Amino acid sequence: MDIIDTIKEQIENNAVILYMKGSPNQPQCGFSARTSQALMACGERFAYVDVLSNPDIRTNLPAYANWPTFPQLWVKGELIGGCDIVVEMYESGELQPLVKEAAADAGEDSAANA
Amino acid sequence: MTVQAQIEQKLTDALAPAHLDVVNESNQHNVPPNSETHFKVVVVADSFDGQRKVARHQSIYGLLGEELAGPVHALALHTYTREEWADRFGEAPLSPPCLGGSKAEQSQGE
Repeated sequence: MDIIDTIKEQIENNAVILYMKGSPNQPQCGFSARTSQALMACGERFAYVDVLSNPDIRTNLPAYANWPTFPQLWVKGELIGGCDIVVEMYESGELQPLVKEAAADAGEDSAANA
Repeated sequence: MTVQAQIEQKLTDALAPAHLDVVNESNQHNVPPNSETHFKVVVVADSFDGQRKVARHQSIYGLLGEELAGPVHALALHTYTREEWADRFGEAPLSPPCLGGSKAEQSQGE
């Protein structure tokens, strides 16, 4: 499959997905660490892709997203931002409702499909 | 011209910022001394009024495309309107510590 199709599929099929360096438990970059911590603190399940072990995604996602760096948080198919935006949203209390709502919607969808 | 001066020049020309701070934070990372790879940029500009954060950052990425495709590896962005900046009492957040990502990259053959 074309790498852009793979990326589109990941973004469409996961209500909350984080593209990061390393994993939430073993982040390889301070910006990725801080972003995944803010996301984990929201208390919902989320998908992640380690771009260090997926070089094709690391190369191609920035142009698709019009966003040159990692991490990147996508919620319901929309780019929310990188570390600075996600942490600011967490601190201002905007992140948690956004993530909770996305997770709840995704839960309803999968229940409807079941 | 240093990369730092280049960034300052481009942002000043395009955004006429009320406040601009370009900090070279490369020495906090796993790169040779005097590198220009990791920057933090604080911009306060009127053109951010009514613009979401993603759009603000994308406009800066657009202006600095050349630097990001070249020497600049990390760019921490803090973008505010004058009002938001006043609410923060002129304080931008600190950048996170390095976790050695470029080492992990080298070990994966980059």
